[in-house]
Amino acid sequence: MTGPLAGTADLARFALRRDRVMIPAWIYLVLIGVCETAYVFTRLYKTASSRLALAASGQGNPALLFLYGRLNGTSVGALTAWRYGVWAALFAVLMTIFIVTRHTRADEETGRLELIGSARVGRQAPLAAAVAVAVTANLALTALLCVALPFIGLPTAGSAAFALAIGTCGLAFTGISAVTAQLASGARGARGLAIGVLGLSFLLRAIGDSAGASGPAWLTWASPLGLTEMLRPFGAVRWWVLALPLGLCALGIWAAFELNGRRDLGAALLPGRPGRATASAALRGPLSLAWRLQWTTLAGWAAGYVFIFAVCGAAAKGIGQLFGTSGALRDEFARIGGQTAIVNAYLAALMLLAGLVAAAYGVSTVLRLGTQEGGERADLVLSGAVGRVRWAIGHLLVAALGMTLLLVVAGAAAGLGYGLRTGGAGSETARMLGAAVAQLPAALVIVAVTVVAFGVAPRLCAAVSWTALGLATALSLFGPSLQLPRWALDVSPFASTPRLPGGALTVAALLWLLALAAVLVAIGLTALRHRDVR
Amino acid sequence: MTNVIEVAGLRKRFGAATALDGLDLTVRKGEVHAFLGPNGAGKTTTIRILLGLLRKNAGNVTVLAGDPWRDATRLHSKIAYVPGDVTLWPSLTGGEIIDLLSHLRGDGGDQKRRRELIEAFDLDPAKKARAYSKGNRQKVALIAALASDAELLLLDEPTAGLDPLMEAVFRERIEAERRDGRSVLLSSHILAEAEALADRVTIIRAGRTVETGTLAELRHLTRTTVEAQLDGPVSLEGLPGVHDAVLNGSGLRCAVDTVSLNEVLRRLTATGVRTLTCRPPTLEELFLRQYSRQPVDKART
Repeated sequence: MTGPLAGTADLARFALRRDRVMIPAWIYLVLIGVCETAYVFTRLYKTASSRLALAASGQGNPALLFLYGRLNGTSVGALTAWRYGVWAALFAVLMTIFIVTRHTRADEETGRLELIGSARVGRQAPLAAAVAVAVTANLALTALLCVALPFIGLPTAGSAAFALAIGTCGLAFTGISAVTAQLASGARGARGLAIGVLGLSFLLRAIGDSAGASGPAWLTWASPLGLTEMLRPFGAVRWWVLALPLGLCALGIWAAFELNGRRDLGAALLPGRPGRATASAALRGPLSLAWRLQWTTLAGWAAGYVFIFAVCGAAAKGIGQLFGTSGALRDEFARIGGQTAIVNAYLAALMLLAGLVAAAYGVSTVLRLGTQEGGERADLVLSGAVGRVRWAIGHLLVAALGMTLLLVVAGAAAGLGYGLRTGGAGSETARMLGAAVAQLPAALVIVAVTVVAFGVAPRLCAAVSWTALGLATALSLFGPSLQLPRWALDVSPFASTPRLPGGALTVAALLWLLALAAVLVAIGLTALRHRDVR
Repeated sequence: MTNVIEVAGLRKRFGAATALDGLDLTVRKGEVHAFLGPNGAGKTTTIRILLGLLRKNAGNVTVLAGDPWRDATRLHSKIAYVPGDVTLWPSLTGGEIIDLLSHLRGDGGDQKRRRELIEAFDLDPAKKARAYSKGNRQKVALIAALASDAELLLLDEPTAGLDPLMEAVFRERIEAERRDGRSVLLSSHILAEAEALADRVTIIRAGRTVETGTLAELRHLTRTTVEAQLDGPVSLEGLPGVHDAVLNGSGLRCAVDTVSLNEVLRRLTATGVRTLTCRPPTLEELFLRQYSRQPVDKART
């Protein structure tokens, strides 16, 4: 076959081979999230009256409407679609953006497409293959959801509508990310543009959903994510709504092919801007280099923290009514939050989550040391008059400062969000700030484990540190309800963290955690000094 | 101090694989020393040990009168390094990286020399590193190294990826470094470069030094190519040290071991010589001869 599409099938097979772990992992993430939510609702809300009460409080709480969207009924299916529909679609969209960018602009930027393009491969084939892979992944996700949900006991037609709502949202973003891959000159930029569209689309539907009857409810229609609610799966299904994301998909793919057919390899509609010809006085040593490489990522995390924790904090008011009818869910929060007063338990659980996610940020920041080392960029730094310890501490400081910032942001946002709705913003903010910062020592211990792994066994560093974090998360969130023995729970450093607000502040435990983190970091850095640089 | 690098009996193992197996290397102060060997011979491993990035298993290593493992940071303020495979931070510009590397070395770099070098190598320093080609990434590392006032330059295949024009600029600059009295260890497999620049050469193979010395000394060990037009046919039958002889009427072409050169010339002049060309072996020929000796163990006996 010759022509612009020659070689598409081979490239698509090759792309599937490269993504053979990533795509199933994403699909599994969405699938397990939806099924778990549906299963929990069937278990915890057995009676129609309990579901009615949940729906009533869910619809009355603007923060929950903002976060999850509007409710289309009171069946288990409708509750599942409300609680996880928008978020499942969001994850499907992220999967799609990563797939499309990876096989178009990322390969073009690294020069791999040049090698491929010199073979008997058509001009449009790489784009066509990327689109084909993304479409395949979304169809597979849709099909699996169609099969899995009826098994949990949800109605077949509703399950199909729900699955299609998620799948077509992914397809719409196949078109959108195919276009952004033509616009930006680098993979980072292309992904950033597509994720920006995703963020905007979340915001449009969040405002449309929470604005109430008098507000601009039509905004939800303008958002691909909002269309997943407008389809009304498990309610009075509007099947024609599916035409909108599919139309967007077709339009995007058409536009991307038009742009791709007209431009040079490597060219972009939005050219990269030139930077500084000399380094500013702020770029001098390993610490400022680490900061320069990482601050944009930290800014993104901090923005996410402000948004999520302000909304979740605001949702705390009325959380009592939300759980009022479900003793099981109330117990769940009481166990994780470590107390019986439901609002405090909810807020404490929220702060625990802030600590765990901040630890994840810290781990990913310290792991950048490993990628710098593997990519030989560490050689360039270490061949200067820079010791290994100073180099590593640069990244460690960025991680520690970043975690502190994230926790302060989480506490302030949650405190303000809750305080502004209940009155007493000042005192709530102060209380929540303390609760958030109390998570820092435990999060530092997890990061210190990463440093030990980096010093002792750099090849296993990522595996060891994510396992440590996963174990701590599992023990903190599920350990209490599994009624594990005390010593097993204590393996997680978050077990020694006081459950604030509401719980007793144990300063000694926090100091012990800090000391443990310091000792672990010292061990890791000593090992780093005595091993080969990879 | 006369030697800036002294390496004796250096061994390095990675798990079961032996990378360096008793390597010797001496670089004198103020010389350009070519460090030659095929891919995988251990050139990069040696340089990374000289930088204290890897730890030796056995042997003696001295760099600028210090121990590269123990005194790494102190020594690095006097060393400039260009890695063989230059990877940069994609979000930083070339100019920023040059300045950063100079600051990391501790001297801040010579701004006048930096400007000259950027101009000579024709680099756009305002471009982000992600947009640079392989050659341009190489230039960034080279400019950073050459703009420093380091005493010792460690260059690991520095011209891979440079075009011939830029290679010429590179050679000029290395000549200038030599005039300034700086020492250079230049790992390469581009022999013309080593021939043009190097005072002395070390050839390694499979982690072991096989030859070291000035080019003249190495040629002493090897064959000279002799081409002659004679008055009549000549017989070289039975002469030891004559290889690949081609007799074509009164024309002769052969390779002669240095020890047999006198005897061969005596026979040629006895026959009568019309034209005569004697050419010392190029490094290329030295190189090919070294590496075609298979396997390594036989070469040692």
